[in-house]
Amino acid sequence: MVSSQGSRPRVGLFATCLVDLIRPSVGFAAAKLIEDAGCEVVVPEQTCCGQPAFNSGDRATARAIALEILDAFQGVDYVVAPSGSCAGMLKRHVPELFAGEPDLERRAQGLADKVHELVSFLTDVRGVTKVAARFDGAVTYHDSCSGLRELGVRDQPRKLLETVDGLTLTEMKDSDVCCGFGGTFAVKYGEISDAIVAKKAANVADAGAATLLAGDLGCLMNMAGKLQRQGKTVRVRHVAEVLAGMADGPAIGEPEGRS
Amino acid sequence: MTAHAPTSPAFKANAHRALNDPALQRALGNVETGFILKRRKAADKLPEFEALRDSARDIKNHTLAHLDLYLEAYERKVTESGGQVHFAPTAADAREIVAAICRRVGARTVVKGKTMVSEEIDLNAHLEAIGVTPVETDLGEYIIQLRNERPSHIVAPVIHLNRDQIETNFRAAHADLPQDRDLSAPEALLAEARAMLRARFLAADVGITGANFLVAETGTSIIVTNEGNGDLSQTLPRVHIVLASIEKLVPTLDDAAQMLRVLARSATGQEMSVYTTFSTGPRRPEDPDGPEEYHVVLLDNGRSAMLGGEFRDMLRCIRCAACMNHCPVYHAVGGHAYGWVYPGPMGSVLSPSLIGVDKAGHLPNASTFCGRCESVCPVRIPLPKLMRHWREREFERHLSPAPVRYGLGVWGFFATRPRLYRLATRTGMAALALLGRNKGRFRSLPFAKGWTATRDLAAPEGGTFQARWRAERAKR
Ligand code: SF4
Repeated sequence: MVSSQGSRPRVGLFATCLVDLIRPSVGFAAAKLIEDAGCEVVVPEQTCCGQPAFNSGDRATARAIALEILDAFQGVDYVVAPSGSCAGMLKRHVPELFAGEPDLERRAQGLADKVHELVSFLTDVRGVTKVAARFDGAVTYHDSCSGLRELGVRDQPRKLLETVDGLTLTEMKDSDVCCGFGGTFAVKYGEISDAIVAKKAANVADAGAATLLAGDLGCLMNMAGKLQRQGKTVRVRHVAEVLAGMADGPAIGEPEGRS
Repeated sequence: MTAHAPTSPAFKANAHRALNDPALQRALGNVETGFILKRRKAADKLPEFEALRDSARDIKNHTLAHLDLYLEAYERKVTESGGQVHFAPTAADAREIVAAICRRVGARTVVKGKTMVSEEIDLNAHLEAIGVTPVETDLGEYIIQLRNERPSHIVAPVIHLNRDQIETNFRAAHADLPQDRDLSAPEALLAEARAMLRARFLAADVGITGANFLVAETGTSIIVTNEGNGDLSQTLPRVHIVLASIEKLVPTLDDAAQMLRVLARSATGQEMSVYTTFSTGPRRPEDPDGPEEYHVVLLDNGRSAMLGGEFRDMLRCIRCAACMNHCPVYHAVGGHAYGWVYPGPMGSVLSPSLIGVDKAGHLPNASTFCGRCESVCPVRIPLPKLMRHWREREFERHLSPAPVRYGLGVWGFFATRPRLYRLATRTGMAALALLGRNKGRFRSLPFAKGWTATRDLAAPEGGTFQARWRAERAKR
């Protein structure tokens, strides 16, 4: 167990369900970055932020999940998620779920106030201006929608990426346009989702960078899935992997031994 | 022209057709480039643009909070200026009011300025049924009428068409047009339409226009156009009918001026539309021109019911179309796929209110919630939030598809039970990781066909983060 570490702020890492289930290495990269920023990391027992239920109109389930999170993340100074979408859910929408219930709403708002998306937490809360990492090659960065429009994450990842040794940032066209993921939308309206991600994939390919980065695993899996189906060679990774210097494992959707 | 029944229930089939229509896809490219860039430039040039959006929102909120008072004040002013206000609770009422006026004055031809409310109540089909010929005078609407279609966009009705398609329609309708006449510039088409329309304006007995704003203080209706056709529609014929919905009210002329500053910039990136036309009552003795009769048909059609509920914010909408111009789903499928009058994000909120969520239920679901619409809406309507409210109503009424409900139910069962979730996911992910180990991804998975039909799906690395984290920390 992690012991108390003096005056270091205690950060509850909200891994997000996709990182938990699909790509745990992003969770480890996030933990390293948070620790390097002078914090203690704890990982309370957790499932999901409840967004799939919330966005499907199932408020009761979203509310039940939110109550679990309120309990699980008591006693931390910050809650940090390697996802703008899940952080946006906790920060902007969970308090809405308890509107009209003053005690719970206050608790939910108390949690919301502590919630941050990973990269903006590093720069805006912890004042991190550079990372000690190396990554050789050109990358292009996709702005995931919730992080960008709900939380104002735009320059922060770019600033930190510029401090990675060996890395050059090549902007793609329309980096701020949705990739077509949209959670359950990607399956429910698969054909439309595919048309949107096809445009994104073309913009990524046109940027000419060998690697595509973003801050949300859902979008990343969507874009990686399209690029791979098209036979494109662009590698796709979560931005935390590169910032933490932990980008030596297989890229998203790539087999072991082909990093 | 036939009446248009909503095809919104067939949204998925509509979208499929749209995605496989190369001409449409070519035409839709114009939305993504033109409108967005122009709006950005116009907004950047005006330092107070964001503050103006706030005050536009506030003006509309204030008006909606006192809508009954402003409607009364407006009616009083219109009456004082010699006009007449008709309240139409439903679309059928509005059609009947217009038809009765046309019958009384013996109208044979009606010229029309651009009005989406006319589309909402399917007025043209109704006029034709009673022997009155409606003539659309906005260039885009004119082309729509030639093609017997619906507009696919609320500001640019023919955005779904390419120039060559429009030229074909023109040459078919304007039979005397010399084959070598160059119609490649929009201005040439406009000149052609104008020549054709001039006689219609003079022959028309009634002119029908919409309204962008109705001013309570003065009883004035305001329309903005870029072609000037609206002016002619409302000044040349003997009778002018303004067809507008109740939420078009603003309290004062000053308020209207504020709203106009965000409208054109958000819609087309212009500082002002070319023509902004104010009309107040019929012609007075000293006026050089104007109609003898002035009527305002105020349509409710479900809006007053929205006033008291969770969709009230939607009534702030000033129909600028910025939301659809910035919508990735609209860019992919175009306006007709939405299956009724109002497309894009604003339609996805409004249509279920007006035609019922049982018919329009797909629309609020067919959104990624990327939030770009809300980020550009000049009156700051929280469109994703309102679409989510519709999803909630559907979920409550068990209108959502069974697989979605069932899938969510299973997922929710585990997601609210962390320990069970840990056990279930550990085994589930281990199995999937094993399956996908060779390739690192799946090309096809039976439970995710909507995804794997067109995209690979990354296989799990193996082990959950939580399990691996606890194992590693235990070693320390
Ligand atoms: S919802 Fe907003 S952006 Fe969309 S048409 Fe209405 S005012 Fe314009």
